Amino acid sequence: MTKNITCVTCPMGCAITVELSDSGEVLSVKGNTCKRGEVYAVNECTHPQRSLATTVKVEGGIHNVVPCKSAGALPKEKIFDCMEEINKACAKAPVALGDVLVENVCNTGINIVATNHCPAR
Amino acid sequence: MLNYDIVVIGGGPAGMAAALKAKECGVDSILILERAESLGGILEQCIHTGFGLQYFGEELSGPEYADRFIKQVLDEKIEYKLDTMALEITQDNVVYAVNKTDGLLEIQAKAVILAMGCRERPRGALNIAGTRASGVMSAGTAQKYVNIDGYMPGKKVVILGSGDIGLIMARRMTLEGAKVECVCELMPYSSGLTRNIVQCLDDFGIPLYLSHTVVDIHGKDRVTGVTIAAVDENRKPIPGSEQYIECDTLMLSVGLIPENELTRNVGISIDRVTSGAIVDEYRETDHKGVFACGNVLHVHDLVDFVTKESQIAGEGAARYVLGKKSDPEYITTKGVDAVRYIVPQKVNIKNEGDVQLFFRVGSTFKNATVKVRYNGEEIISRKRPRLAPGEMENVVLKNDMLKSFAKDGVIEITVEV
Repeated sequence: MTKNITCVTCPMGCAITVELSDSGEVLSVKGNTCKRGEVYAVNECTHPQRSLATTVKVEGGIHNVVPCKSAGALPKEKIFDCMEEINKACAKAPVALGDVLVENVCNTGINIVATNHCPAR
Repeated sequence: MLNYDIVVIGGGPAGMAAALKAKECGVDSILILERAESLGGILEQCIHTGFGLQYFGEELSGPEYADRFIKQVLDEKIEYKLDTMALEITQDNVVYAVNKTDGLLEIQAKAVILAMGCRERPRGALNIAGTRASGVMSAGTAQKYVNIDGYMPGKKVVILGSGDIGLIMARRMTLEGAKVECVCELMPYSSGLTRNIVQCLDDFGIPLYLSHTVVDIHGKDRVTGVTIAAVDENRKPIPGSEQYIECDTLMLSVGLIPENELTRNVGISIDRVTSGAIVDEYRETDHKGVFACGNVLHVHDLVDFVTKESQIAGEGAARYVLGKKSDPEYITTKGVDAVRYIVPQKVNIKNEGDVQLFFRVGSTFKNATVKVRYNGEEIISRKRPRLAPGEMENVVLKNDMLKSFAKDGVIEITVEV
């Protein structure tokens, strides 16, 4: 069986073809132009992952929210659970870029970190 | 009157990169004018990742990408004024600007770098029929509401236009609990990056209707729904294909327009396709000492390219200020058939380095060949597996090629299948 995948690792958007065995094992990866594309294609066929960018509420800041991202890729099927947990969190201003806002989100081992500064009001 | 060697209008990625490069090239007297309350420009609200892969080799969010340049601007002690609106550039490169603390500013500049960016095409530019109910907004406006102000602008959303901001907002609204009914695109292809169609629409099962548009907006106080229809090859709605979709919000992601009011007012020639200034390889306009870079020059899909282009403009402005510029001998560049435009539009053949030409195609191609011709004679031929309107392409004119050209020659780029 073959699977056609568009790589989302970078804006190139390579069209990758993955050949899979009947049991779902990856036999070959074709069409990628870099190593990261191969890793992405294999992951996409075995356990799809996505990075997440969203916002966390801030108390006492110049804005109501501060942007944040997952410090690594999260299992794709847990994205909405992660959103729910992140939306319950609330940071206190000042927030600095790189601050950990949610630790080990949904037991994935991945932290949610601030991607901008939010000075106190 | 204030005096600066270089005044940069706009403190986004373009303005910051240009100012930093000019400083690196030996110009110390630089002032950045920024209309918003912070440096960073539109990147501040682009919280998704994907920035910096080309320039830094890592995947950053918009604010993180901007922060790296803001830090450098602070470290280099480059002066800037926030909350400051540039009003006019005169024939002698005096910049008028205004803010709450200084009042009216009159700044004599030796060189000016235009880095004002672009704005979104609004509903008024589309002539969509229907009521004037609330809930119709540009995707960028919605992005600011959600990502900076922390407000959700709607619960059931239809997005018109498949530009990158529209696709990014489809995902953002979905993550925050809204239902995005569909994305309609007038053209038979999306103008957004393929990866965004995959990770913003396909991942969440959001349908993309190509060759479709919104023909009517319903609702009295708030939008209650829109009517969409398929369009024919002339982009006219096909009678009988109308379909009503219930929604409370219509987001528009229908193109970006470079903000060139200052540019036009001082009489700088504008390219009709890019809606930006006509420039040479250092991004100098036909007004002496005025340079342009970033989205005010032509709309980019990647900020990394904005940074690189702005460094060229910064270097050009520094060379101008330091008197390193010789009398140019220009050849012109011209996009043919599928090649909609080329930046720069003219190249000085006395340039001492290689020159990169950036261009955009008008439709999608597979396994096509990009051909560059000088006065009709083929000089470069490059195979490209894929070309798309949403992705900027480039070719390099090597310096020995430039040296073989003669003044007033014409470089044409075309795509052949």
